[in-house]
Amino acid sequence: MQDEPTPTELIKAVADFLRNEISPQIKGHNAFKLRVGINALDLVMRQLTMEQGADDTETARLKQLLGSDGSLIELNRALSEKIAKGEVDLQTPGLADHLWRTTMDKLAVDQPNYASYKRELETK
Amino acid sequence: MIEDQLGRCVASWYPGATGVTGAAKLSGGASQETWTFDIVHPSGSTGAILRRAPPGYGASPGRAAGLDAEATLMQLAHDAGLPSPRVMHVLKPEDDLGRGFIMQRIEGETIARKILRDEQFAKARPILARQLGRVIAGIHGLPSAKLPKLREMSATKEIADLEREYRSFNWPRPVFELGLRWLRERDPGPSKEVTLVHGDFRHGNLIIGPDGVRAVLDWELAHFGDPMEDLGWICVNSWRFGGIDKPVGGFGTREELFAGYREAGRKADPDRVMFWEVMGTLRWGIMCCGMMQRFRTGPDHSMERAMIGRRSSETEIDLLRLLAPRGG
Repeated sequence: MQDEPTPTELIKAVADFLRNEISPQIKGHNAFKLRVGINALDLVMRQLTMEQGADDTETARLKQLLGSDGSLIELNRALSEKIAKGEVDLQTPGLADHLWRTTMDKLAVDQPNYASYKRELETK
Repeated sequence: MIEDQLGRCVASWYPGATGVTGAAKLSGGASQETWTFDIVHPSGSTGAILRRAPPGYGASPGRAAGLDAEATLMQLAHDAGLPSPRVMHVLKPEDDLGRGFIMQRIEGETIARKILRDEQFAKARPILARQLGRVIAGIHGLPSAKLPKLREMSATKEIADLEREYRSFNWPRPVFELGLRWLRERDPGPSKEVTLVHGDFRHGNLIIGPDGVRAVLDWELAHFGDPMEDLGWICVNSWRFGGIDKPVGGFGTREELFAGYREAGRKADPDRVMFWEVMGTLRWGIMCCGMMQRFRTGPDHSMERAMIGRRSSETEIDLLRLLAPRGG
């Protein structure tokens, strides 16, 4: 067992330092790159916090939808193949709901400020 | 060093030019660079842009029209009275600057967030969509006899290209599969009308001033194809930069875009435009994945490229909003 602080706490401390102390001192193209870097750290932090829960519910939905077992990537490959072949489509009960939930969980990690995502959160 | 080379080059064709100053690289990929500089002459100085493949780089990659074709298209657009820089010089071997061309520098803004938010563009925003409709119609109407050789694309070919690229990533994305399936089922087949298509008509490739559009740039993806492709591409949500209720670049409506297109003598087909909007959304998503691949395999091992890979999910939510909207 590794000791505290957790990876999330460490990354947050670094991201906050870069954001609050370093960022105001940097100009030009490097300021842009620094912002991208801070965004990357924030993303990793969100993924560490949210990934497990989202993966578990996604796996459960996929097993239900496909009626088969497997790892998350195997299940996603199986679903992709079925959509490509037209064996399931938006009329299939549960498919649209599954894709929406999965995509919302991805956006919550990747780009929680994306306007389409914020709009869909409001209208949920 | 590039200033010396440019200085020798401009002296050979710009009347009275004594040299160049202020050369700075604006952007540079592995095979193509853009430089800004000023040509110094007895009556002052003139802003210019160099777009080139540095010496040692051969033909342009796959989809690219090539720099010679870009120069021809830009000059044709300029001659037709469309907002386009004048091409001042096409590079020759003796210029020793690689392949490419030098064009007039046009002042203005290309950054979407500024165009959508800054006060100085407040008067431009309400007129832009209509203006751009007219400009796109002008591009589609450029005299075909003068056009350079370009690849010809169709919806069917584009779907096949996207599918091949997506499969090459070997990473399952059920939403992209849904998008591909939707496109295949609605493929309108060969377009009745085939015209020049700009291929990348969107924020970033348009110079905007307080008075509206001043120049169309970057003809790298120009090809022959369905003219509705350009109208669909500029409506893709990824180019709205937050203004999601204004489909045209976050500043205008489809109706305004189509009205401008009609004013210039051409007719938009809203269903086909929507088809190309879905295609464009998927295309940008797949391009994001492609940048991730290039990050991984090098040589551009940059954070920016890596992070663009994590923007492909933005196009997944946009595809779902288009293909499977929830509730109302």
